Amino acid sequence: MVDAAPKSVMTDSDINRAVARMAHEIDERTNGANDVILLGIPTRGVGLAQRLGARLSEIQGREVPVGSLDITMYRDDLRRRPARALLPTEIPARGVDDAVVVLVDDVLFSGRTVRAALDALNDVGRPRAVQLAVLVDRGHRELPIRADYVGKNLPTSMSESVRVHIAEHDGEDFVTITSGAQQ
Amino acid sequence: MKAHLLSATDLSYDDALLVLDTAAELARVADRPIKKLPTLRGRTVVNLFFEDSTRTRISFEAAAKRLSADVINFSAKGSSVSKGESLKDTALTLEAMGADAVVIRHGASGAPHRLANSGWIRGSVVNAGDGTHEHPTQALLDAFTIREHLTDGHGDLAGKRITIVGDVLHSRVARSNVHLLNTLGAHVTLVAPPTLFPVGVETWPAQISYDLDSVLPETDAVMMLRAQAERMDSAFFPSAREYSRRYGLDSRRMEVMPEHAIVMHPGPMNRGMEIGSDVADSKRSVIVEQVANGVSVRMAVLYLLLGGAPLVDEEIA
Repeated sequence: MVDAAPKSVMTDSDINRAVARMAHEIDERTNGANDVILLGIPTRGVGLAQRLGARLSEIQGREVPVGSLDITMYRDDLRRRPARALLPTEIPARGVDDAVVVLVDDVLFSGRTVRAALDALNDVGRPRAVQLAVLVDRGHRELPIRADYVGKNLPTSMSESVRVHIAEHDGEDFVTITSGAQQ
Repeated sequence: MKAHLLSATDLSYDDALLVLDTAAELARVADRPIKKLPTLRGRTVVNLFFEDSTRTRISFEAAAKRLSADVINFSAKGSSVSKGESLKDTALTLEAMGADAVVIRHGASGAPHRLANSGWIRGSVVNAGDGTHEHPTQALLDAFTIREHLTDGHGDLAGKRITIVGDVLHSRVARSNVHLLNTLGAHVTLVAPPTLFPVGVETWPAQISYDLDSVLPETDAVMMLRAQAERMDSAFFPSAREYSRRYGLDSRRMEVMPEHAIVMHPGPMNRGMEIGSDVADSKRSVIVEQVANGVSVRMAVLYLLLGGAPLVDEEIA
């Protein structure tokens, strides 16, 4: 397969600004509610959730609980590939019952990951509300799901692939788009 | 991972770590209000038990149910096996009912291998103990338990000193443990009277000793095997009392072990025989934990064998 070179669409400062803005939006949209919990979807959603949590903690002047939620066991495509290794799930000690849970992921595409996350969350407890924050929304939804907080709307074609790199996982921060490569 | 789990030697180093890491994640499901995952919905797991068992069968049943699989329990007593049905015909019946996995315990060594490799059934076969051969999920739960206590639940068991004491000759638990613990980098020492070692034990990846007292001070985990009462009459050892005195773990012996060392037993125990009652109930004993870990490890095995796509691609590759 001939791939064009990856094209950078977000730099580290773009990502920083987007995260800062999203943190403010979360604060605004939840009216500064003190029962917000951020749950990152592994792998890269976790690092993003921790950054959002740090920003939001600064804004609200209190510790915002951050955790992770693995969705592997809830995927709808499990039978299409060999069994995958599980990733860590860390639910903050207070639990999710009656809280506003903000799910955090790097890229929103078909919406199937978020569907699985909603199912997984359902087995952990009953939040008061669930919202979704993503760094990049690349469109092409296959389910009736939308994001509440978006770092960057990125129009793409189906054949393009979007890769988010974050320092916690990949060593540095940037987002690329590559044409012709299947994810 | 291979399509079946018949022997601890089926697991490579990476496979073994994958099972243990998966089990560590799945163990947390037990702490949630809803102790169930939807992953194996619509899959059927048959527990095919030709030998008596409580903890292994219940453990596999709980594991399959927590993954939302349908479970069919089949025990030889009260079934057509007691009317003389062969393993083949039983297998064909299970295949016709659409079993995706068969968990088999059988008195004959090699029965799971026969079931997996004769083309009778398409599903995965998991060995839950065959004769005096292997019991791989027991070895996995033992390794998991050791890892929780000695390495904070991460990585392999490199350099850990594990001592297995008792009837190695008739023990499928010992054989599976020797292989798996060796794969994970541990040093295994087998301790038993000379009459209770199998022929060829010197080729196993383990040290052999006849003297428990000299081994215990250099042991991180000791695993006591059940002294099987049905062997008493066969002159493997002179008397139960002598066996207990030389190879039983009493509180005096436990004292000479390092402070961090743990005491394990696959169950069922003969208190006062191979293990003292006070030892079994001591803080160092992790015997009850082993049972709880068994469910997590078996969930991991069932998930890794059944959760993904059928292993067709791998077979071609």
